[in-house]
Amino acid sequence: MPSVCFYFQIHQPLRLRHYTFFDIHSDHEYEHREQNRETLQRVTERCYLPVNRIILNLIKKYRGDFRVAFSITGSILDQFEKYRRDAIESFQRLADTGCVEFINETYYHSLAFLFSPREFKEQVISHRNKVKTLFGQNPKTFRHTELIYNNDLARMVEKMGYAAVLAEGTERVLGWRSPNYVYRPAGCHKLKLLLRNYRLSDDISFRFSDQKWSEYPLTADKYARWVHDAGKTGDVINLFMDYETFGEHLKGDAGVFDFLRSLPGEIMKHPDFRFQTPAEVAGEYEPVARLDVPHFVSWADVERDLSAWLGNALQKDALHTLYGMESKVRRRKKEELLRTWRMLQTSDHFYYMCTKWFADGDVHDYFNPYSSPYDAYINYMNVLDDFSSFLGGKGT
Amino acid sequence: MRILMFGWEFPPHMSGGLGTACFGITKALSGLGHSVIFVIPRMNAGDEPSHVELVSASKVPVPKQLFYEGILKRIDVRHVDSLLRPYMTQGQYASLLRKQYYHLPVRRRYDRGKKGYVFLDISEKYGPDLISEVLRYSKVACVIGKSHTFDVIHAHDWMTVFAAMNAKKVSGKPFVLHIHSLEFDRSGEHINRNIYDIERYGMESADRIIAVSHYTKNIITARYGISPDKISVVHNAVSRTEAVKSYHIEREPDRKIVLFLGRITFQKGPDSFVEAASLVLNELPEVTFVMAGAGDMMPRMVERVAELGIGKNVHFTGFLQGSEVERVFTMSDLYVMPSVSEPFGISPLEAMLYDVPVIISRQSGVSEILRHALKIDFWDVKEMANKMIAVLKYPELVEEMVERSREELKNIHWETAAQQIAKVYRLAGV
Repeated sequence: MPSVCFYFQIHQPLRLRHYTFFDIHSDHEYEHREQNRETLQRVTERCYLPVNRIILNLIKKYRGDFRVAFSITGSILDQFEKYRRDAIESFQRLADTGCVEFINETYYHSLAFLFSPREFKEQVISHRNKVKTLFGQNPKTFRHTELIYNNDLARMVEKMGYAAVLAEGTERVLGWRSPNYVYRPAGCHKLKLLLRNYRLSDDISFRFSDQKWSEYPLTADKYARWVHDAGKTGDVINLFMDYETFGEHLKGDAGVFDFLRSLPGEIMKHPDFRFQTPAEVAGEYEPVARLDVPHFVSWADVERDLSAWLGNALQKDALHTLYGMESKVRRRKKEELLRTWRMLQTSDHFYYMCTKWFADGDVHDYFNPYSSPYDAYINYMNVLDDFSSFLGGKGT
Repeated sequence: MRILMFGWEFPPHMSGGLGTACFGITKALSGLGHSVIFVIPRMNAGDEPSHVELVSASKVPVPKQLFYEGILKRIDVRHVDSLLRPYMTQGQYASLLRKQYYHLPVRRRYDRGKKGYVFLDISEKYGPDLISEVLRYSKVACVIGKSHTFDVIHAHDWMTVFAAMNAKKVSGKPFVLHIHSLEFDRSGEHINRNIYDIERYGMESADRIIAVSHYTKNIITARYGISPDKISVVHNAVSRTEAVKSYHIEREPDRKIVLFLGRITFQKGPDSFVEAASLVLNELPEVTFVMAGAGDMMPRMVERVAELGIGKNVHFTGFLQGSEVERVFTMSDLYVMPSVSEPFGISPLEAMLYDVPVIISRQSGVSEILRHALKIDFWDVKEMANKMIAVLKYPELVEEMVERSREELKNIHWETAAQQIAKVYRLAGV
């Protein structure tokens, strides 16, 4: 009996304001408050609230047979608490149904795992606590920022007590194997690995509105047929995508809301198919094979590696400078300082500095406040320069 | 195709952007198999009664540059004796005219209305003022149109409009007007009405218009009321010269040089450059700023530099040519083009050929094709200084920009421009 596993990523960074060299040492306000508030308001109205309503209705309609998972970053939860409490309440109503799983990640949607294991653990724990406080769940599933994954991450995640971890189902990892099974990460004994079916996931998130696509327009019954076909040789179809796909990247009135409304019914027309959350999938299926992933993979760009954040000299310089400050930041023992340093860790800051400019450049433009990656770098480095003046001693 | 081109300058005597562009286009067109009759004004070009000098291709002074040889066979260069130079003003024309005739007995005529006003009354050769010279040039240049066969007429900017229109009248062939610069770019809102009228008349009469950027196309539609359907945008490119490689020398890491290169006129934004330099020097007192070029705003700029007390760090080189330009590019750590209104702007591409990172104003055509340049609004002096400091301070930024710019340059060729221009000829009715 194959399962369909939906997980939606929900995140908004704290964008930085235009910060010039002449602001250093004179103005310590880094955030672009107005832009952050406006973006949050817009996406809440266009996506979070209306899509939550659709999901809630679907859960009620199918009496618990429709189930989904969310990973909501600390960055956006903080912003919701500040500007849109109603969005939090809306997610809480979904939590109350018992059909929604909340997934754990780093609080600030960061790349800390690549630079500081200690910082990584602290951010994961603070996110876990936040989820517990707001949604009353103790997360069993872990996903790293942008589905970054390798063997080392899996081992760390297993040690931290999780039952499942998510990753990109790319051929680089799978070879000839199918993403539609549960795997066991190399070096782990209990942890289960769920892999994103990127073709079916991207059919919705990238191709849905592409009029040049041979399958355009995508209808729920057509898509359900593809899912049924995929389920013939698999245990679980993992459909992982950004929640903002619905209503923000794809406008709600372009048909994506109707698509979402009718999809569960179409999939469950086939009696063998059901919906499960990642933790439920991990609890039910045994791994079919051990999967060895020595090198990092992610769900970003065509490369599916770290190059979207660590692909050029700008990004490397910014990240190394930032994480080089860790011991100084900690020594100061100031909550406010630590919080700012963490806000600066949000991976989006480095994503904006990407100079690849291929087809994926479009995706890099989503919510991007900069007109060029060089502007993103200059702005970020000016902020870091000012921030370093609070750390005592010589700057970095 | 056979093209009658009313162009500007030819190597080795090149003074700026328009000549560089005309030559790049002509060379690429002939490389595609088209032949070009290239008509250019040149001072004292000869004394034949027709004022037309025929220079066979083999006699064109291109010393040791075998590189051009094959291509030049399809370019027939003809010099027309004239004082016209690209972007010359009435004042510059007058002074050039005076220099030409200083040895002749000049008949002075005093205007009674204006006390002490001197007029040079010269009737023999060149026109008494710029517009007359433009008209005289058009009649002379047109002689070439009569004596040759061609399929299309291609003219560059307002000074050659009448020449092209005369040639069209004689031959009935389609006329393509290529706009590299408009009176609004050169003079802001204080335009010379006569020049504006000639530009508009030329664009109205042309069968097709080529604009060097969307930026320029927008000005043509907004300020001259020309239909956008008549205008094709063809971006300029840059030629690689052999010299580039031989000049690669190490820059001095402790003495950073920021370069301004261009005419020191209102259009090029030298004042923003000086103000930004002063802001940068407050923070990084060791930087050197070089202003290479000449122009009517130069005295004011020298004065301003003195007022700001930054004379020690700001150097004026005057007008640079040929190998001097190459040298100054190789010495520079940053090139800044703060133009107020730049229809295209080839020099940032030249700087990139020398691995120099560039900051360009958004009010430029070249910013439409460059992704790996830093961009600013010409009036935003603080942001200009902010970005200058970033380039001087962060080696990673320079590394990334330079590396990506090399890739970007690989796709910028005159051949591509020439192919697009050939398409425009067909649209014009060839």
